Amino acid sequence: MSTEKMEKEPLFSAKNIKLLTGPVNMNNPITVQVLGICSALAVTAKMKPALVMALAVMIVTGFSNLVISLLRNGIPPRIRIIVQLVVVAALVILVDQILKAFVYDVSKQLSVFVGLIITNCIIMGRLEAFAMGNKPWPSFLDGIGNGLGYGLILLIVAFFRELFGSGTILGYEVVPQSLYHAGYENNGMMILPPMALITVGVIIWVQRYYNRELLEDK
Amino acid sequence: MKALRKFLDKQKPKFQKGGKLHKLESTFDAFETFLFVPNTTAKTGAHIRDAVDMKRFMFTVIIAMIPALIFGTWNVGYEHYLSHGQTVDFLTNITYGLMKVLPLIVVSYGVGLGIEFLFAQIRHEEVNEGFLVSGMLIPLIVPPDLPLWQLAIGVAFAVIFGKEVFGGTGMNVFNPALTARAFIFFAYPGNMSGDKVWIADKPDTFSGATPLGNALVGNLKDLPSAHDMFFGYIPGSVGETSTFWILVGAVILLLTGVASWRVMVSVFAGGAVMGLLFNLWGANTYMEIPFWQHFIMGGFAFGAVFMATDPVTSSQTTKGKYIYGFLIGFIAVLIRVINPGYPEGVMLSILLMNAFAPFIDHLVVQSNIKRRLKRATVAVNK
Repeated sequence: MSTEKMEKEPLFSAKNIKLLTGPVNMNNPITVQVLGICSALAVTAKMKPALVMALAVMIVTGFSNLVISLLRNGIPPRIRIIVQLVVVAALVILVDQILKAFVYDVSKQLSVFVGLIITNCIIMGRLEAFAMGNKPWPSFLDGIGNGLGYGLILLIVAFFRELFGSGTILGYEVVPQSLYHAGYENNGMMILPPMALITVGVIIWVQRYYNRELLEDK
Repeated sequence: MKALRKFLDKQKPKFQKGGKLHKLESTFDAFETFLFVPNTTAKTGAHIRDAVDMKRFMFTVIIAMIPALIFGTWNVGYEHYLSHGQTVDFLTNITYGLMKVLPLIVVSYGVGLGIEFLFAQIRHEEVNEGFLVSGMLIPLIVPPDLPLWQLAIGVAFAVIFGKEVFGGTGMNVFNPALTARAFIFFAYPGNMSGDKVWIADKPDTFSGATPLGNALVGNLKDLPSAHDMFFGYIPGSVGETSTFWILVGAVILLLTGVASWRVMVSVFAGGAVMGLLFNLWGANTYMEIPFWQHFIMGGFAFGAVFMATDPVTSSQTTKGKYIYGFLIGFIAVLIRVINPGYPEGVMLSILLMNAFAPFIDHLVVQSNIKRRLKRATVAVNK
């Protein structure tokens, strides 16, 4: 909890931008910190649910970070987890209700996974690691950034799984019928969760190939 | 032979450091050691001096597979013409079989070795020998009319995710050939699920279930005779129909000491025990078939002889090999009889036990340490 007076910095200073972009690549919650894997495997068979899930998580991480950061000086440390849970749960219920009202079919596909955002490791992790010790605006950016990083991986995984598993992208057929007539078949393995894990593995592989500083010292 | 050696020696400098083809050093090295036993030996530590290196070792396995391969090729043709209501002479059957089987082998080796060479080149390592065997095993365990592009994807998946990501030959957790088959099995179940017979280009009117599929629904009277199943005059994956020719391969493997008889015998023992247990239970007709009938149906013999004995993915300890093999046979028969989704359980049980093999070794080693430690402390207390 920083109480010292900092000089006023602009809303989008370099440091704040870094909070937003860091989690997208070098500090990605899924591929680098390996958090939030369960939902990444569960909702990525198609792109549409993955997109909705990504947005939902982004909103919840952003606003829960904001709220907790506002409350941070008033939360007794011994009950901080329960306070964080209450805030997150309230936000998740809000998101859930909105989804049910406006995109009912997607909400049905996501089923319990919207409710399970409450237990998403990324959210609790950011609350504990960042929002409890930082000012509201950077906390909000950090939450949105982590949501973005999470969503990006979700969309990449869902893109490949839907393309090869169902031959569609966002529900539109992209594999031409002539290819099916020529003997092409959709890959049933891509629909199954194990392939999502392998796809995430490949993304981690590619990312580490291009960012050598992510490699552990031998 | 001498001319070949001379030619290689002449080419060699081009591939060594500073040569203009240095980038392809791994490729050159692979071909050179494939053709000639390398004359380099380990300089430090205790080693057994023997002309049998990894490539020669792997080749023994391929030789052991040849009887099953030749019979399988013939059988592909035989079953094809039989489904059309014809019986033709030996040569016609073989020719037709070759037309179906050769492309499978070419694609399997082409894709697999291509990826292996690529990885070796990128990592500046020697090309791994492991795929010599896997590349031959894969065509033998797929249906003869599997589309070649599906085979190619399966092989690529197995080599990259079954082997290379773990560090190449000797490092893989799962048997690469079975990884390829499992991938194709789950990705394109239409061709692979095993509830429809596998006959190359069968007429549309000809349909039927595999022996395992029939047995699973209790249709025991439709099973081929035990004689046919043992000698392999039944449709199926290319190389696994004939238990007899697989056993010939087993004899080669055991005589040369390449495969472990402990694994092989205990796989059959495990299958027999589970079969006998089902006989005792006897809840349906499938459970009542004699236990030895499991050995001649489906891929049981092939899995026991060529897959379970894979030295990389099986248990390494002597006691562990018994446990590992026994559980493979046990679980294979269990899956066959109990699980309606999978008529054939050998592939799944071997892959499952591949995952547990290091754990079995760990337990065996730990129990040995504990036992000896106990003896040691007793001695100290005296």
